[in-house]
Amino acid sequence: MTSQLGTPSTSPDMIDELRQCAALLTEKLQGDNYEEASELIAKVMECRDQHIFQSIGKLTRGLHNAIVNFNVNGSQASGANVNDCKFHDASNRLNYVIELTQNAAEKTMDMVEEAAPMSLGLAQEAALLKVEWLRLRQREMTPVEFREFYTRLDVFFDVTATSTTKLNENLQNIILEQGFQDLTGQVLKRVISLISDVENNLVSLVRIAGQVESVVGISPEEVKEKAENERDIKGEGPQMKTAEREDVVNGQDEVDDLLSSLGF
Amino acid sequence: MKILIVDDFSTMRRIIKNLLRDLGFTNTQEADDGLTALPMLKSGDFDFLVTDWNMPGMTGIELLKEVRADEKLASLPTLMVTAEAKKDQIVEAAQAGVNGYVVKPFTAQALKDKIEKIFDRV
Repeated sequence: MTSQLGTPSTSPDMIDELRQCAALLTEKLQGDNYEEASELIAKVMECRDQHIFQSIGKLTRGLHNAIVNFNVNGSQASGANVNDCKFHDASNRLNYVIELTQNAAEKTMDMVEEAAPMSLGLAQEAALLKVEWLRLRQREMTPVEFREFYTRLDVFFDVTATSTTKLNENLQNIILEQGFQDLTGQVLKRVISLISDVENNLVSLVRIAGQVESVVGISPEEVKEKAENERDIKGEGPQMKTAEREDVVNGQDEVDDLLSSLGF
Repeated sequence: MKILIVDDFSTMRRIIKNLLRDLGFTNTQEADDGLTALPMLKSGDFDFLVTDWNMPGMTGIELLKEVRADEKLASLPTLMVTAEAKKDQIVEAAQAGVNGYVVKPFTAQALKDKIEKIFDRV
């Protein structure tokens, strides 16, 4: 018998013992020795039970270790504080990432919204001044108009100076805000590491559980289908490697093509 | 035109609101989930709905189906703006009666094109 992961589940010792018992059993039966044959059958069952208990013991120990290692909330060991729980910690970290990215996005947008009208204002005033300047060059301007123009230019130079200073400041701050990526990157790496640990632990547990199942004679149920149905309504979030996949569109153009090919 | 913007991320709502404003649509309101959006739509005289798909309470596709099933809201023009990019989902949205589908990340031009297309038809 082999477990789902393909590793032998019954120990060689147990198989040997069973073989010996089987040979002995055949011998007793051929000699009509039913009493000793019965005793042997009882012994075989005891051997199997022992093996089941040992496998279950390994499984519970494995589970216990995993729970202790991750300080799972509700674990009896070490009077676990909820703040020590690694899963709780991972959730907190991910919420922190959401918070950081949201703040960076909001601040960046604030700075752009502040800068945009300034830049627009400068452009508009420059365009208007250009018109006046052309008139001046073509000597179409009266002295009164020239005095107004003169003052307006002066103001324009000052406004340009202060606006561009503020613009540059905002641009600089936008760059600084992108620093969130460093902090979120570090935090995400830790969470990835935790997930990896959990995955490895689960794989070991599944392997041990497989041994228990095959010794006892249980076959695992099909749980995959329900999970897939739930996914369709809830959605999957942004897709990665869209260019490589058949079932996913890669960009707005492919969305439009798909819809028009179906007549929408 | 009165527009309802529905997305569970406030950053995205702000982006869409800004883009709509640049296109001249200044009368906008926001909701953070299908669950909060639906009553607003039912009592609000909105002319246009822009919604995400993935939201914790009621998803965008569920909201769309509710809207199409409501007598008063059935013909409300609806645009989905979402990261969901599986072909099955796009088809499902189209069959449920969405008027336009924009995938994230999107450009201002893409949003503008889809909105113009929707209102040219109406």
